[in-house]
Amino acid sequence: MSHTEPTQNGQPPETELPEQLAAVIEEFEALEERQKLELLLEFSRELPDLPERFTGGYDQMEQVVECQSPLFLTLEYDDDAGTAALFFAAPPEAPTTRGFAAILYEGLSGLTYQQILAVPEDLSERLGLTRAITPLRLRGMTAMLGRIKRNIRAHLAETAPGQDG
Amino acid sequence: MTAEKDFSQYAHPDALVSTEWVAQHKGDPSVVLLESNEDVLLFETGHISGAQKIDWHTDLNDPVTRDFLGPEQFAQFAASKGITPETTVVFYGDKSNWWAAYALWVFTLFGHKDLRLMDGGRAKWTAEDRELTTDVEPVEPAEYPAPAARDDSTFRAFREDVLEHFGKPLVDVRSPMEYSGARTHMEGYEQEGAMRGGHIPSAASVPWAKAANEDGTFKSREELEQIYTEGAGLGSAEEVIAYCRIGERSSHTWFVLQHLLGYDNVRNYDGSWTEWGNAVRLPIATGEQPGEVPNR
Repeated sequence: MSHTEPTQNGQPPETELPEQLAAVIEEFEALEERQKLELLLEFSRELPDLPERFTGGYDQMEQVVECQSPLFLTLEYDDDAGTAALFFAAPPEAPTTRGFAAILYEGLSGLTYQQILAVPEDLSERLGLTRAITPLRLRGMTAMLGRIKRNIRAHLAETAPGQDG
Repeated sequence: MTAEKDFSQYAHPDALVSTEWVAQHKGDPSVVLLESNEDVLLFETGHISGAQKIDWHTDLNDPVTRDFLGPEQFAQFAASKGITPETTVVFYGDKSNWWAAYALWVFTLFGHKDLRLMDGGRAKWTAEDRELTTDVEPVEPAEYPAPAARDDSTFRAFREDVLEHFGKPLVDVRSPMEYSGARTHMEGYEQEGAMRGGHIPSAASVPWAKAANEDGTFKSREELEQIYTEGAGLGSAEEVIAYCRIGERSSHTWFVLQHLLGYDNVRNYDGSWTEWGNAVRLPIATGEQPGEVPNR
């Protein structure tokens, strides 16, 4: 449940987060620091395997070089619905990267282009992981989110002439 | 599987142990195993039985100042891991022992005597299908008297020391793009950038991973001599300083030069490029050539 607080210290009120993303953040918010790491580990285990159509190899996907470990990312667009599905792959020896990917998968996959583009940049901070993970490591997640948005913008730009809204 | 490597080829054979040695000695009361990874969750997915996690970021650094723990804090930390000054501390980790070497180097500053790396690190252990566990056994805290001081002069260099050192060998262990100045940060570490790109004039470029084989183990002494003694022109220098971006990759090279090749005195400049490339009036060379020793 996200709630809109009255404006405090001059900050604009928070834009409402998509429900599936808010649920993930709430899960993390409710936990002590140690348990947050355990939850991230759980997420890392739950990152779904790639669907068969991608098993041809990682070269079909884009590597997010900002991540400390290899992470591959691809999007599938449903222009009729205006939604994007996300697919990630990362090796088991990179559980933190897998955990970040799983958070984004659960929080964003299937949302509309506009909903994904509106996700706040400080998403990684909202999980409260800064102390345990350190800001440096959290950058990998911010980079993933940036890459997802960039892909969607590029897709929109490509398909724009065809849109007659 | 290849035959066990003969560590006696290295200058300080005792600084390395094999995975087999660890398998046999991990239960010894005089041995403490510390796993130091880049990935903060990797330990939790499974580790060598009896090993404890060490986080280079949150365990070894001062939380406020850019510096390491003080002697008191170090003693408390070591004691909490069941370490006494006599303990054999064995480090291993992911990414060719990159972060394990860093933790080992920091322990060195406090004068802990018996410090070793497990050759090949975590990757070799798992490649050999050796057992991992997710169990974390409670640790009996030990007594560790606080060292009189952290020795910041023998194996650690500050930027003033680097200026004094000019004319003697310097090794830059970053990627070629960082060395030439084409990049001001390492790929994936944008936040740790610098205002200026390039390298410390006269430094030889030897990316740290050149010291490691595909499987994460260290190359043979002969190969290492070709890379450093000849290739980088270290020759028979008595003093060498290595640096990178924040001093972690260069800890790996420090270990190679100090313990495997046996250079008399190797210092790690942990301020590294994030200090040098941001400092006012420090000399910088760009491009692929080392550049001249500055006139001072």
